[in-house]
Amino acid sequence: MQDITLIPLADFDHSLMTHLSRAVENELKTKVFVGRIHLETARYFDPDRRQYNADALLRQVYDSRNLFMDTKVIGLLDVDLFIPILTYIFGQAFLGGEAAIASAFRLRNERYGLPHNENLFRSRLVKEVLHELGHTFGLKHCINPECVMRSSTYVEDIDQKSATFCSACRRTLPR
Amino acid sequence: MPENGSILIVDDELSVRDSLYNWFIEDGYTVKTAENAKLALNLLETETFDIILADIKMPGMDGLEMHRRIKSLNKDAVVIIMTAFAAVDTAVQALKDGAYDYVTKPFDPDDLSHLIRNAMKQVALSRENSGLKEKIIHLENIDDIIGDSPQMSKVLQEVETVAQSDSTVIITGESGTGKELIARAIHSNSPRKFFPLISVHCGALTESLLESELFGHEKGAFTGAQYHRKGKFEMADGGTLFLDEIATVSSKMQIELLRVLETRQFVRVGGQKEISSDFRIIAATNKDLKSLVDAGSFREDLYYRLNVVNIKLPALRERPDDLPLLVDYFITKYCRSMNREKVKIEKLVLERLQDYDFPGNVRELENIIERAIVIGNGREIRMKDLPLPTDNSNYHSVESLEDLEKQHVKSILDKYAWNVSRSAKALGIDRVTLYNKMKKYSLSNPRG
Repeated sequence: MQDITLIPLADFDHSLMTHLSRAVENELKTKVFVGRIHLETARYFDPDRRQYNADALLRQVYDSRNLFMDTKVIGLLDVDLFIPILTYIFGQAFLGGEAAIASAFRLRNERYGLPHNENLFRSRLVKEVLHELGHTFGLKHCINPECVMRSSTYVEDIDQKSATFCSACRRTLPR
Repeated sequence: MPENGSILIVDDELSVRDSLYNWFIEDGYTVKTAENAKLALNLLETETFDIILADIKMPGMDGLEMHRRIKSLNKDAVVIIMTAFAAVDTAVQALKDGAYDYVTKPFDPDDLSHLIRNAMKQVALSRENSGLKEKIIHLENIDDIIGDSPQMSKVLQEVETVAQSDSTVIITGESGTGKELIARAIHSNSPRKFFPLISVHCGALTESLLESELFGHEKGAFTGAQYHRKGKFEMADGGTLFLDEIATVSSKMQIELLRVLETRQFVRVGGQKEISSDFRIIAATNKDLKSLVDAGSFREDLYYRLNVVNIKLPALRERPDDLPLLVDYFITKYCRSMNREKVKIEKLVLERLQDYDFPGNVRELENIIERAIVIGNGREIRMKDLPLPTDNSNYHSVESLEDLEKQHVKSILDKYAWNVSRSAKALGIDRVTLYNKMKKYSLSNPRG
C-alpha cells in the first residue's frame, strides 16, 4: 500500500500528530509521515459564507504532493470548510486520487454547546482522516454501520461508526 | 449506500456541478453532469436517470421549463429543483408541475443525503410496484365474457396485453360474438378505466347524425340546435371511444375520422374553435375490412390507422365446448331477472344446441334461452321450447349406426305407446328381435 503524509496546515494543533500518525499507521498498515508546507488559509476564506473553500484548499494540497514523493497526502485543518452546494463539510478527497483534506473544526463538542471531551474529539478526528484516506484509495461510502467508510453528515454519525474498515472495504484496499 | 442509482446534475456553475458530482460519486451513485438544459435534454434522449437535480436559474432555458419538457418525455422522472434563493412562488410552481422536491442552495449535507435517499427509495418502490403489477395482472370486469375454450383464452390473453397499452384496437368477428364486451373489457382493464368508455354505433346513424354525434355542435349549427352539445370525441376525453360497425361509415366521414385520429383535434359542427381530446380508439366490425379496402369502399389509410392491434373473436360454432357454460350463464341471468327458480335443461336439448351452427352467435343463443324460459314450463327447457329450424323432439345427435338404431327404435316405441307388437310391425322385425334390441339398448317403458 502507498505511504501516507499527514500535513498539518495553518493553526492545526501539532500535538495531535503523534496520536493521528499511530492510529492511521495501525489501521492502514502503511508508513505514515508528517509533512510541512506553508499555506495562507486566509486566501481561501469566503467572507460571504464566513467559511473556507474546501475545493480550493484540496487543489492546493494536491499541488503540493510532489514534495512528498509517492505518498498520498492529506491536509489537516482547523477551519470551517464548505463546498458551494453544501453548508459545511468535515473533509473531502479525490476519489481514487492522491490528496484529501480534513478539518477538526466541527469535530469538537464545544461547537455544539457541549463540554469538551478530548478522547471523543481525537476519536472523531482519526475516523475522519481514515474516511478521507479511504476515498483516496478508491473506497466509496459503505452501508456497514460500523465501517469507517460509512457516510457521516453529523458528528453524531461519526460517533456511531468505528475507526476501522469493514472486511468488505478492507478487501478493496490495496495491499 | 444505494448502488446503481443514477443522477443527472444540471447547473450552469462548474463548482456546483463538481461539488455535487464528487459528493454523489462517493456515495456510489452513477453521476453525469450537464451545464445547461439543452445539453441535459439531449442526454435524456439517449440515457435515463433515476434522479435529475436541476438548477432553476440557468441561461437559455430555465429549470422549470426544462422540468416540463423532461416530464413530457418521461412522466415518471424524479426531478429535484435547486435554487440559490428561497422563492415560494417558484417552489410552488415546480411542485405543481410535478417536481419531486425543491431545495435551496447551499444544502445541509444531511438534508441532501436524506433527500436523495428518499427519492431513490421512491424510484425503487415505483419500479417494484410496476414490476409487481405486471406480474399479478388479472382482468377485471370480464364476468360476462363466458368461455374457457382455447379460442376464448387466447382472446382474453390478447385483451390483457393490449389493455395496458394505448394502441388503437380493431375487433373483428361475426355479428353477435361479443365485440362490445371485449371493448369494455379492454377499457376497464386499461389505465383509462377511470374515464368514460363512449360507444358509437356507426351503422345506426345517418352521415349527418353521425357527424353531429362525434363532433358535437354549436348552438344554431342547424335547425333545432338550440344549445351547444358535446360530441363523443369530447366526451371520451381521457377515456376510450368505441366505434362499432366502423365499416358502415361513409367515405366523407372516413376522411373526417382519419383527420381526428391523426391529430386528436376537431371542431364542433357550426363552430370554429379547435378542440383537443385525448381518447383511445377501439373499433369493431363484422366485415372483412381488408377486402373492403381492396374493393375501394374503405380508405386504406384509415384501415392502417385503425388496424394497429387486431383481436379476432371466434364464432360460437368454433367453440362448442363453451356452449354449456354460456347456456348456464344465460339461464341464471334470465331466471334471476324474471324472478324465477333456476330452470334445468334437458341433455338432449343441450346436445341439439351444440349441433346448431348459430349464425347469430352468442346473441342468438341468448335470445333462444330467454325465449325458452319465457314460454317454458318453469322447470326445464325442453326441445319444444327451442325455436330451432329442425325442432324435433326425437332429435338426437348420433354418430354410429348403433346409436341411430337405438334412437329410431326408441322413437317408434314412443310413437306406438310402447306397444311391442305394433312397434315391431312398424319396424319390419319380429317381436323377439325387438325385445332383444330393447334389452341391448336398455330401452324400457318410462311409464312402467
